[in-house]
Amino acid sequence: MNKKIKFNAKNLDLYYGDFQALKSINLEICEKEVTAFIGPSGCGKSTFLRCLNRMNDLIDSVKIEGEIIFEGQDINGDIDVINLRTRVGMVFQKPNPFPMSIYENIAYGPKCQGVKDKTQLDTLVKESLVKAALWEEVKDRLNKSALGLSGGQQQRLCIARAIAMQPEVILMDEPTSALDPIATAKIEDLMSKLKKDYTIIIVTHSMQQAGRISDKTAFFLMGEVVEFNETPVIFTNPADKRTEDYITGRFG
Amino acid sequence: MEAIKRKKLKEKIVENIFLICACVAVISLLAITFFVFYNGLKPFVSNSYSLWSFLTGVEWRPGSNLYGILYMFVGSIFATLGAILIGVPVAILTAVFIAELAGSKVGKLIRFAVELLAGIPSVLYGVFGLGIIVPYVLKISPMAQGESLLATILVLAIMILPTVISISETSLSTVPMEYREGSYALGASKIQTIFRVVIPAARSGIMTGVILGIGRAIGETMAVMLVCGNPIAGIPTSIFSQIRPLTTNIALEMGYAAGVHQELLYSTGVVLFIFIMIINFTVNKLVKAKVGS
Repeated sequence: MNKKIKFNAKNLDLYYGDFQALKSINLEICEKEVTAFIGPSGCGKSTFLRCLNRMNDLIDSVKIEGEIIFEGQDINGDIDVINLRTRVGMVFQKPNPFPMSIYENIAYGPKCQGVKDKTQLDTLVKESLVKAALWEEVKDRLNKSALGLSGGQQQRLCIARAIAMQPEVILMDEPTSALDPIATAKIEDLMSKLKKDYTIIIVTHSMQQAGRISDKTAFFLMGEVVEFNETPVIFTNPADKRTEDYITGRFG
Repeated sequence: MEAIKRKKLKEKIVENIFLICACVAVISLLAITFFVFYNGLKPFVSNSYSLWSFLTGVEWRPGSNLYGILYMFVGSIFATLGAILIGVPVAILTAVFIAELAGSKVGKLIRFAVELLAGIPSVLYGVFGLGIIVPYVLKISPMAQGESLLATILVLAIMILPTVISISETSLSTVPMEYREGSYALGASKIQTIFRVVIPAARSGIMTGVILGIGRAIGETMAVMLVCGNPIAGIPTSIFSQIRPLTTNIALEMGYAAGVHQELLYSTGVVLFIFIMIINFTVNKLVKAKVGS
């Protein structure tokens, strides 16, 4: 069965000033799967991830060439960036809940889009927290500051916050690198549940994590995609020597 | 043995020099407080003037032995409140502009202008107020006088700008980039991000700036003296009324006053002192309570 393609990057180049960080990336990312990006530090995997919701717009010196087709539209063109970001959510490396209550953190995105109805917001907050497997832990303290939660809880709150926007895609930039193993396990567990409803793209430093949770894996090196395939193939039978060297721990 | 002893002695002496320097500030504070309170409380202790008449009187006529400061107190409060209401929003939006919106060149230029504004001596603010603001107020005033509460408010509003702007801007720029990224990633616009995430996150720093602004507005004397009118009686009833703030009352007459008159000018200082203490204390408490939640 062929899955629908969600993102299709074609000959994507990205420059930070004079430095070329991404070189002619071609990648097709399928719907409702977990796609992992692996590779050594500075290989461009996070940079590419941030192209998918135009977060690189925040950096002045960035120049992008090539196309990324999302639902039939080139998102590097003249599009409504806010609309794109409501459809493509993001979870960051360091949990970054806003310094406000748990409830307000979740309601923030919908409120920015003009949702004012209290019952609608209440439902949305509850549903998002349930989906992010956090509801049971926080239901009695929704009005307490989100900064009082543990790191793992904060990260699940950030996932809930992204879910509240009812996005189609969730981008995760090393979401567990700041967490302990137990919190990491909970997030990984959550990801495998979420992929039924969402397309998930995750950047990870941990090859074990990519192996455990992803359906497909792309190996990035020096701004290029060296290899992109089904995760088991990448890990057991890589086509490229450099991929093999990396996953067997010869460098990285 | 001798050498070690001498070295130790030297260390001790140097240490004590530091201590003495540190004491200068503390001793000055105590001396000023004692001096003002000692002189200011004298007339009430010796019963040469009634505390009640002093605090509730609305006339200041040393010739007729009338020394009431209530109308000055009200004038001080109105002037400060007005300056805060106008100056603080302008200052916060300026700080936001510098920290979040302006490019680095324009931002630098504005920041430089703000720093210069902070360095202008207050008497020049007064001269500017007298030369530009007072005539303008005169044109629109129904009372045929330019020196007024309104003119005072405008001058003070400008004077508190540098303080509030630079402290707000510093606290805005210490808001972590992660908050902004998180907000943008949820589809918030730049303006939504600034008003719903960045400013609330910088709240405590901004409030510190506002408190210092209030302190400056209440304590300002020279600039205010030139534009406020300094009437000898009357609670201000409109923004075109003349006012006589507590500070200018002291500055105007201390030079030639004697006896009870002089002591009651010190008493005015005591009221000003307590007033500023109370404001600092309550605003500080309010900020802490808010941030704590």
